[in-house]
Amino acid sequence: MSTSVKPVATRQAFGEALAAVGADHPDVVALDADLSKSTKSELFGKKFPERFFQMGIAEQNMIGVAAGLALSGKIAFCCSFACFLAGRFETIKISVAYAGARVRLVGTHAGVGIGEDGYSQMGLEDIALMRTLPEMVVLQPSDDVETHAMIRWLVTDCKQPAYLRLTRQNLRRLHPEGWVYQPGKLDVLREGTDVAIIASGGPVMNAMDAAIALEAEGLSVAVANLSSIKPIDHEGLCALAGKVKLIVTVEDHNVMGGMGSAVAEVIAEMRANHARVYRHGVLDVFGESGTPESLYAKHRLDSAGIAAVVREQIA
Amino acid sequence: MTATSRADTIASLSQRTRAMRGTILEMITAAASGHPGGSLSAIDFIATLFFTRLRHDPKNPTWGDRDRFVLSKGHAVPALYVTLAARGYFDEALLPTLRQLDSPLQGHPVNRFMPACEAPTGSLGQGLSVAQGMALAGRMDRKDYTTYCMMGDGEIQEGQVWEALMSAAKFGLDNLVAIVDWNGGQIDGSIAEVMPSLEPVVQKFTAFGWDVREINGHDFGEILDAIAWSDSRNGKPKCIVARTVKGKGVSFVEHPTKYHGAALTQEELGRALAELKESK
Ligand SMILES: Cc1ncc(C[n+]2csc(CCOP(=O)(O)OP(=O)(O)O)c2C)c(N)n1
Repeated sequence: MSTSVKPVATRQAFGEALAAVGADHPDVVALDADLSKSTKSELFGKKFPERFFQMGIAEQNMIGVAAGLALSGKIAFCCSFACFLAGRFETIKISVAYAGARVRLVGTHAGVGIGEDGYSQMGLEDIALMRTLPEMVVLQPSDDVETHAMIRWLVTDCKQPAYLRLTRQNLRRLHPEGWVYQPGKLDVLREGTDVAIIASGGPVMNAMDAAIALEAEGLSVAVANLSSIKPIDHEGLCALAGKVKLIVTVEDHNVMGGMGSAVAEVIAEMRANHARVYRHGVLDVFGESGTPESLYAKHRLDSAGIAAVVREQIA
Repeated sequence: MTATSRADTIASLSQRTRAMRGTILEMITAAASGHPGGSLSAIDFIATLFFTRLRHDPKNPTWGDRDRFVLSKGHAVPALYVTLAARGYFDEALLPTLRQLDSPLQGHPVNRFMPACEAPTGSLGQGLSVAQGMALAGRMDRKDYTTYCMMGDGEIQEGQVWEALMSAAKFGLDNLVAIVDWNGGQIDGSIAEVMPSLEPVVQKFTAFGWDVREINGHDFGEILDAIAWSDSRNGKPKCIVARTVKGKGVSFVEHPTKYHGAALTQEELGRALAELKESK
């Protein structure tokens, strides 16, 4: 783990990665709906203005146009806040997913982590929606290194429609430079034998800190980063669930239908003995305004909160 | 086109579409479900496009330089299937499998099963955006294909359509042609009843930056002229408002709502086929 680099938001890493990958991939195009400064798609747009489409505040049309571009051979990155993309679900369902269009829906400002803007701007149901669509890939990176790797994979390898969920807030780097991304694999960051925390996105770094604190109290805690929510790593999850007594999933998303639900679905169907699963996250309540830190504290998504949840659940 | 060849073209289109109308009604009755009204209003335009205009290759439906046709009012897909079969995309023997389990002839167009459908439609209001993406890609790739998109007059009540109208004009997509099959009907009533403020539609499209032409959508001469008109590369997207009759061609099916989504009974089908046979 390298801690020397400055924390960076995954949206920023996305913009930089897309601008970088665009150079040797002329088929990559990007679209935005008047949020390119926030989603960071402008980093691509400034470098490749002829491949960037400003669609105005009209997300459904943007999604459809992205689909048409993709059906004509482009790899179309379609960017807005997670909540505004998820809000156009039926267009995504038909024009992107059913069409089999190589669209990369990039939803930034995921979760309560956006802070002061409040609930109307928070994507808290996007994972639940996207993972119900057949063939749709659903990814949520935990840091800049992983984001770069995912963007490259989405451009060079992945043939399916994909949804990428990114943060507004800065995240500490958890992966060493040169780390090799393994698509679809559970990314075990830390081994442990009593409890496994499976986290995704913004809270992953806090889960790491929580594990260290719990270890000092005598609990052996594994941490896995579940960045590929769909496809999900059945084998990796089952292996983990066979080793520990308790799995706590942690996400900045409604616990209904989110990453934790996806994990619970897999583990509930295991034939072998397996750990109990507790889903932690935004507990089916609306978000609200506040600093990102205060919201993470309130929803117990910070390291102290996650450690407290684990203590409660293991007791 | 010389005067005689134009007259021949029109005569052959009118003969063809009469037979196609019968096939459409047979397919829908065999499936015991489907949408006769909007299929019969659309068939004249669709057939004219596929028989006289589209640059395409039925044996290679994903040929990169092909003209694209997106049927955004997807429920009228029997009109598209019957045309595709007539153009040799697939064997006409498949037509009676419409809406049956495992048939590529799904109840609404699906590109993954029938590439010539170009995009999945059926959720109204989405096709023009997808068609626009295709037109944008064509321009980026310096290909000179045209993308056509047919919508219903009820369909254009969807907000996404107006988003698409706005951005197509912004991008100056003169390789994009929208056709509104204005048959005056939808499900719960006529357009005049459900959404009278949709008119004046020509002014609305014009105000959104499109070149608009209004035609009788059952007059093959007017259809041919409108398609030729839409070829102009003048920096503006084109819209053809085709004034049509829902259920056109069979007297008792001609109605703004009655046969929107109701298959003809066997008895009605017999009467309809007899009427089509007699008509000239
Ligand atoms: C988004 C959406 N809402 C509702 C429907 C149900 N529906 C199917 S056809 C139709 C009426 C369409 O009217 P119009 O576009 O004028 O078609 P036409 O009269 O040409 O058949 C409706 C409401 C649908 N397919 N999609």
